[in-house]
Amino acid sequence: MSALYTIWLRDLTRFLRNRSRIVTSLAQPLLYLAIFGTGLSSLLSGTSSLGGVGFTAFVYPGVIGLTIMFTALFTAISVVYDREFGFLKEVLVSPAPRLAVALGKVASGSTIALLQGVLTLPLAWLLGLPLTLGQVAQLVGIMAVLAAVCTALGLLVSTRLRGIEGYNVIINFLMMPLFLLSGALFPLAGLPGWMNVLVRINPMAYATDALRQVVLAGAAQPGFLAASRLHPVSLDVLVLLGFFIVFLVPAVRAFSKQE
Amino acid sequence: MSTVIETKGLGRDYGDLVAVDALNLEIQQGELFALLGPNGGGKTTTVGLLTTLLRPSRGSARVAGYDVASQPAEVRRHIGVVFQGPSLDEQLTAWENLDFHARIYNMPRPLFRQRAAELLALVELAERQHEPVRNFSGGMRRRLELARGLLHQPQVLFLDEPTVGLDPQTRRAIWGYLAALRQQAGVTIFLTTHYLEEAEDCDRTAIIDGGKLVALDTPAALKATLGGDVLHIRVTDVVAASELLRQRAQLEPRQGPDGLVVEVADGPRRIPEVVALLDGAGIAVQAVNLRRPSLEHVFIKLTGRAIRAETAEPSEALGQRGRIGRRERGGGR
Repeated sequence: MSALYTIWLRDLTRFLRNRSRIVTSLAQPLLYLAIFGTGLSSLLSGTSSLGGVGFTAFVYPGVIGLTIMFTALFTAISVVYDREFGFLKEVLVSPAPRLAVALGKVASGSTIALLQGVLTLPLAWLLGLPLTLGQVAQLVGIMAVLAAVCTALGLLVSTRLRGIEGYNVIINFLMMPLFLLSGALFPLAGLPGWMNVLVRINPMAYATDALRQVVLAGAAQPGFLAASRLHPVSLDVLVLLGFFIVFLVPAVRAFSKQE
Repeated sequence: MSTVIETKGLGRDYGDLVAVDALNLEIQQGELFALLGPNGGGKTTTVGLLTTLLRPSRGSARVAGYDVASQPAEVRRHIGVVFQGPSLDEQLTAWENLDFHARIYNMPRPLFRQRAAELLALVELAERQHEPVRNFSGGMRRRLELARGLLHQPQVLFLDEPTVGLDPQTRRAIWGYLAALRQQAGVTIFLTTHYLEEAEDCDRTAIIDGGKLVALDTPAALKATLGGDVLHIRVTDVVAASELLRQRAQLEPRQGPDGLVVEVADGPRRIPEVVALLDGAGIAVQAVNLRRPSLEHVFIKLTGRAIRAETAEPSEALGQRGRIGRRERGGGR
């Protein structure tokens, strides 16, 4: 337990020391919202299939998800960095159980991603979507689960790879389809079969689905969310937890293997 | 005296390459033990095996009383390691690096604060303990790593090429700390080096080449296997001088690339006699050079070649299986 906390503490210390990184990652969601929201909504003006909310508000939950995924996947790279720059040896030669080390990495990555996610919540008010305390609590819960899923995925990729370049290639290759097929930019109802399959194996789809249901709960027309959702929020979260286990177990196993 | 490190037929392969083979060592508590060998000879692999970072392919090893393969966590609790490559977090301060170490080794906080202050003073970093490590020079980093390796009071301290790439002043300083440590704490030190003069200062030295142990003894005993001193004599008339020394001094001179080479039991005492003899016979002596046997000569005798003195790249590191494999394969044969 103390090893897990130690790993977590170090990564958080490093994160909080790196001010420029926090600022850039704050600007990111704003940029996405401006581009997707403004750019695409001008294209879609007149269509009213989004339950009465503007396109920017529709996209906003997806941007929360994207911010968390982005942060989590790029935080998990620290495992690769630690290996590359030697610090991992210090950890591996210590009596800390490998399981605690791996879980510490997941905990720190998730915390950092969650923090970044929470920082996107004030945007809701800017978009005319005031959130109640209950909504905020629900959103934080969903974001925490998504952050854990993405960090575990990042850890899994990083245990399979040696170099930093390799990690970046894989992550960039994963990130776009994960985002584009998450339903962030368009409703998932009525997609062709093959695309529907891809959506169903995409954890981001369940996260976006859950986040949107909570964010738009008061703003959208009553029938819209029920008709366009994948699952109720609780089931979405359960599926996400399933993804977490599926990514975490092989990642921890690979991490624990002695060379 | 008790045995702290014991290996039996220890071996490790990387694919087809045998990096370490049939290694039998027995190291006593409090010993300063050097593993000497060329780059790629199997030193880092041996340290990897003894510190549980690598799994043995054959044989067994016990460190601090625990088996490295079946009780790695216990072994890790009792050892400190200074790696060949860098292993500090550059973004954290010196103190924070030690703090991380203390926490992950579960040290009581008061003990940590006391030990950290003592060790930072020992390695002369107390004044810069709150600076991030990225501001530190290579020598400062190495000193901090040494302090960190000792923080949790290990029974055995492993140092893999602790002085590679350091300036002579820092190298001397590191050796000074190690000497002080042995006197105060009685800690067992296992170090690898390819600097022969460092191996000279150890209690016992093992020479490893091509993954195999080729000698193991005190530096004095290893040198004694070579016989006596060697005189290199440069003269005007090599043939006449050779004849004269053979008949009048009962020596067996050989013709070397640079004059005569004579093995003698006690070099410094024989020089005046040899010079007087040649001088008296009208043979001009241009230079006399005395070579006392060193571990370098032992090494050449055992392996048939000189130890290479090139420095290892800092990127050479444990935990990078592919790199180790390639490096071990590339060097030393």
